[in-house]
Amino acid sequence: MTELFEVPLLALLGQLLLGLVNGSFYALLSLGLAVIFGMLNIINFAHGAFYMLGAFAAWMLLSTFGVGYFGALVLAPILVGSLGILVERLLLKRLYRLDPLYGLLLTFGLALILEGLFRDWFGVSGETYEVPEALEGAINLGFMVLPKYRVWVVGFSILVCLATWLIIEKTRLGSYLRAATENPQLTQAFGVNVPLMVMMTYGFGVGLAALAGVMAAPIFQVSPLMGSNLIIVVFAVVVIGGMGSILGAIVSGLSLGLVEGLAKVYWPEASATVVFVIMAIVLILRPAGLLGKEQ
Amino acid sequence: MSGVEYLRVTGLHAFYGESHILHGMDFSVNRGECVSLLGRNGAGRTTTLRAIMGLTGRRSGSVMVNGTETIRWPPHRIARLGLGYCPEERGIFASLSCEENLLMPPVVASGGMSLEEIYELFPNLKERRASQGTRMSGGEQQMLALARILRTGARLLLLDEISEGLAPVIVERLAQVITLLKSRGYTILLVEQNFHFAAPLADRMIVVEHGRTSLQIAQHELSEKREALQELLGV
Repeated sequence: MTELFEVPLLALLGQLLLGLVNGSFYALLSLGLAVIFGMLNIINFAHGAFYMLGAFAAWMLLSTFGVGYFGALVLAPILVGSLGILVERLLLKRLYRLDPLYGLLLTFGLALILEGLFRDWFGVSGETYEVPEALEGAINLGFMVLPKYRVWVVGFSILVCLATWLIIEKTRLGSYLRAATENPQLTQAFGVNVPLMVMMTYGFGVGLAALAGVMAAPIFQVSPLMGSNLIIVVFAVVVIGGMGSILGAIVSGLSLGLVEGLAKVYWPEASATVVFVIMAIVLILRPAGLLGKEQ
Repeated sequence: MSGVEYLRVTGLHAFYGESHILHGMDFSVNRGECVSLLGRNGAGRTTTLRAIMGLTGRRSGSVMVNGTETIRWPPHRIARLGLGYCPEERGIFASLSCEENLLMPPVVASGGMSLEEIYELFPNLKERRASQGTRMSGGEQQMLALARILRTGARLLLLDEISEGLAPVIVERLAQVITLLKSRGYTILLVEQNFHFAAPLADRMIVVEHGRTSLQIAQHELSEKREALQELLGV
């Protein structure tokens, strides 16, 4: 059997795919965080809770209303995103004039409340969500077997990330967004409804988290704590990519997933900490992050 | 002068946080007129433009644009009445290219200049269209800041210190452009430190002192009131 540095190639490829799957979730979540941070200057600690809500929304849509996976892929982000918009209108809006720390504390509190509520309602054991029929099974490539669902998660996540990046970098709406991120007052003085854009941006970022939650539902347990398990790594990813950098979030999300996968093969004990070690090194060498702008 | 009032500012007070900057500004600008706000640094000229756009903190009094009271409006609604704002710091977006900066402000009314017309007026901008906004020279950035509000169809231009810190040849070019805009019927409110730039362009000059309007001088009175003006401005 083919080996690479004394590890069977198949095991390596398997772990790399797993790493890419995790990386897809990192990318989607850190992308939402980056967009929100850029526009609202708020570090959204409730992001993991919204991811969890996305997974629960998918589960409830199926168990209560019989809406399947692909329906949930559309509906759950809209529902959870609307909740995000409500949070922005009712709570976050009042904090923009204050130190960003207040936004962090508020969203952190919000995350604790949401997770607490769901723990009370559903316990911690979690619910199962089946892989949709169309994506069951695996593709045999000859040298390795690819589970269809995981390939779908990686492919669709990358597609969503690229589409978001294209919208921000190449469209008129995106130019409003970049302008408003840089100088909200002047952008508004040109006739752009910036408060509306801020609200929609938060809704969109939260919707991305919910989308990741729906995609995660068939892979992980749908559990109240699924968000808080993931979100700490995601914050490290955002710091490594550069706060507020769209491309940085996508690239570092995917590649850190891969690095974690590699670590699981070559040095399993380090796999849980490798991201944080990289974060520490990046912070020392390039405090603004790999693709962040020095201020 | 057609004599139709386009902008009327009455008893305008404006604040930044606790500091009270404008103490009851009163003036008006007629359609097609070019009015210059003169005054010493800190007199409140820049704040007057920002207050008209709704960009200060609390403001009170009255700002009528084309007969519409805007004192309680947010900036984006005010802009859509056909106002184009060119800020003192120029406000070129660093994350946008030159051409993206030019195309960024939304169209607020029909009748704005086309991109071709703008490039004809400012050939430099065409050469630098792909450059990142803040990599351009000061003069180019100023041209860009002015050019991008000409595309939107805005008819009332608020221009803040556009000649500041620029080489004489560029200042000369800007004066030509303002003259052209006047001939095309734009209404212009010009904040200027540079008296020699503003004097030949302005139909009327308004001196601002301590957040109030103190003296108004029409173009034809300029020679007789020059001394009083120089005393007020300390030039």
